[in-house]
Amino acid sequence: MLRLIPDDTKIPFMRWRSVTFTISVCLLVLTVLAWGAMGINYGIDFTGGNLIEVRHKGGPADLSELRKVIGGLELGEAQVQGFGQGDDVMIRLPEQPGGDAAQQVALNKVKDKLGDAYEIRRTEVVGPSVSADLRRDGAIAVVVSLGLVLIYLWFRFEWQFAIGAVLTTAHDIVLTMGVIIIFQLQFDLQSLAAVLTIVGYSLNDTVVVYDRIRESLRKYKKMPLPELIDLSINQTLSRTICTALTTFMAVLALFVFGGEALRGFNFTMLVGILIGTYSSIVVSAPMLIFLKLRTGGSPEGVAKSDAAAAAKARP
Amino acid sequence: MLYFSRWKIIAIVAVCLAGILFTLPNFFSRETLAGLPSWVPARQMTLGLDLQGGAHVVLEVDTPALVKDRVEILRDDVRRVLREDRIGYTGLGSQQTSVQVRITDQNQIEKATTKLNGLIQNLADTTFGGKPVNDLTVEAPEPGLFRLTLTQAGLDHRVRRAVEQSIEVIRRRVDQLGTTEPSIARQGANRILVQVPGLQDTDRLKAILQQTARLTFHMVEDRGPSVLEGAKSSDTEVLYTNDPTPVPVLIQRRAMLTGEELVDAQATFSQQSSEAVVSFRFNTSGAQKFATISQQNVGRPFAIVLDRTVISDPVIREPILGGSGQISGNFTVQSANDLALLLRAGALPATLTIVEERTVGPGLGADSIAAGKLATVIGGVAVIVFMVASYGLLGIFANVAMIINVFFTFAILSSLGATLSLPGIAGIALSIGMAVDANVLIYERVREEQRLGRSAISAIDTGFTRAIGTITDSNLTTLIAAAVLFFLGTGPIRGFAVTLAIGNITSFFTAVTVTRLMVALWVRHYRPARVPL
Repeated sequence: MLRLIPDDTKIPFMRWRSVTFTISVCLLVLTVLAWGAMGINYGIDFTGGNLIEVRHKGGPADLSELRKVIGGLELGEAQVQGFGQGDDVMIRLPEQPGGDAAQQVALNKVKDKLGDAYEIRRTEVVGPSVSADLRRDGAIAVVVSLGLVLIYLWFRFEWQFAIGAVLTTAHDIVLTMGVIIIFQLQFDLQSLAAVLTIVGYSLNDTVVVYDRIRESLRKYKKMPLPELIDLSINQTLSRTICTALTTFMAVLALFVFGGEALRGFNFTMLVGILIGTYSSIVVSAPMLIFLKLRTGGSPEGVAKSDAAAAAKARP
Repeated sequence: MLYFSRWKIIAIVAVCLAGILFTLPNFFSRETLAGLPSWVPARQMTLGLDLQGGAHVVLEVDTPALVKDRVEILRDDVRRVLREDRIGYTGLGSQQTSVQVRITDQNQIEKATTKLNGLIQNLADTTFGGKPVNDLTVEAPEPGLFRLTLTQAGLDHRVRRAVEQSIEVIRRRVDQLGTTEPSIARQGANRILVQVPGLQDTDRLKAILQQTARLTFHMVEDRGPSVLEGAKSSDTEVLYTNDPTPVPVLIQRRAMLTGEELVDAQATFSQQSSEAVVSFRFNTSGAQKFATISQQNVGRPFAIVLDRTVISDPVIREPILGGSGQISGNFTVQSANDLALLLRAGALPATLTIVEERTVGPGLGADSIAAGKLATVIGGVAVIVFMVASYGLLGIFANVAMIINVFFTFAILSSLGATLSLPGIAGIALSIGMAVDANVLIYERVREEQRLGRSAISAIDTGFTRAIGTITDSNLTTLIAAAVLFFLGTGPIRGFAVTLAIGNITSFFTAVTVTRLMVALWVRHYRPARVPL
């Protein structure tokens, strides 16, 4: 039968934890720098504005002509982007000055200009008062979900696990945002939903590893923490990879065949699954050592057990 | 863990069959379903606006305009009560939320105080006790000077009432468009969410939603450019006609009659000019007033004003006693129809602004369904192949459970009458990936226990027992994220949260109980020495 991960792997993840931690910290810093330098490419849900999806009747649309026409309306920096078979076009207008009513005026101007040559397939208009609310609700959603999970895990595990899981998830959120920023992907309500789903997925993954660590803690009372964590990660490695793969395949199918409307969501999910899987293997567990769970707490203990793990890993 | 009583087996199988049964209506047309006996489940999933096409419009009550209106009414009230009792005043003016007036005669201050305090209205229901909520306060900062301020509580109450009344009016208007299952609901303190599925002409919908449609009848003093130069009076005002070049008309500010007294309005054709007109009928009291006024004013013009635009200012040729009339004002058939619709449904109590609009054409919706189906099937097949390749026979069990899980998700969506949106399809695809996770957890555990030297039955038993704790924790964390998405998300995002949550909860039953049953029956029948993992 198909075996992605051989039985009884003994990969010394903890020995490399300084390396993986450095990688994570570098990526986090890079994200923050990119955030400062490039900013998030917010979609109209959060900035307000218009989005109009049209299909040219009879063959590919003339994008440059369309750009000229829309540009001539003087509605700010309009984006005109073709997709699909070439006859589909997405037009984005920035928020118009003059409040909620002005957005409607702009929409109608574009509609009039497009005339009968285009079929209007989708319009979205978000006024300034709504976009402000959506921004606020989005931030609340992320914080509330992390808070609730923190409380739940606190009840189920020791506090180090709860903090570790939340920090790992925060790490995943920031890195996912990093990818969105660096590729300057549109960040809209869908992307936010994807980020929240990643919160769920990444926690799910982390909790499975933590669950095994907790079990091992009861079973091997004397084993040094790094060694115990390595054991637990290796025991759950096959599951972690299998689940990541099945979920990844399902989302990949959506990304490739699911159409344009959900592309942003699916891409964010794909990135999030990769980051979530990476972090549940090499970020979440070492976090427990930093948070001084059990024996690994003293520096000598860590050093000693690291040596032991190293010795074990050597063939 | 591997023992199932006969009754338990029957119960589990029955639940699975019920899941399939409640999904089936979605595969048939509504006509076929209508012909079936009533005990057959016939509820279908509702497709979201993004899948069947339609409009999602959020309207906001224009609070500043409402406040301005209230202040103006208050100023008129102050003028009215002071005049009624011949109390001399000066400097009547208004600020943001207050009106100020100075009484000129010292001796009348007391009388004015009583009169002005009489304007205070209690808005709370005090039938069963409780503190009254006044809509305004009356202060006298210095002798003779009165300041009447609208209270925040009073204004909030007005906004709330305006939203409630607007919802009623909008419902009547949208119902007349003849679309199926429109939904109109309050959102937050001052917003109204209108969702109309399957609508083609969204521009018309928006026009119908936004138009206040306040119809009033006024006597006309004069018309033409000359009225702009005449002396201004607080009793009259200048409005413009809706002609291509608007003509100013000087009308009496006080309305003789309003649209509230209409009982019916229809679009018809005028017998003289065969142009589109709107005919209307007053209720009894309206008809009487109209009769009296028209008798007294034969030969004089009057104005029919819609939302502060004069749409017609005919001369009364003879007394109109029947209580019905016609409005002609450069209408097309469509606009006459719409005006009749608006008059029947009544006027909006406040100005509404569109703050959010999302419309999807039916073509895009159909494309999205097709793409979503294709993607879900491909994703599902990939997962199925992977599971069989990795876990063989037990993988097949997991796949059966996963497919039942998809049925359950559809069954619950159908019987709740919940909405399936495009992100909802993504939720289903995602829960396909995640549903097998529970089985992966169990099988990996069984495999591990077997390697530690346990017998097949013992390994399966321990594997299931140990994995359940992990599955509970991991599913609950996902559920928390889904719950937050549901409570803080809007529209389609909620649809995603719902399917993800349903898939998550039902996967607990399918991946754990249903799979365990299949494994148990297999073990009982074949008594394997080793689990083929």
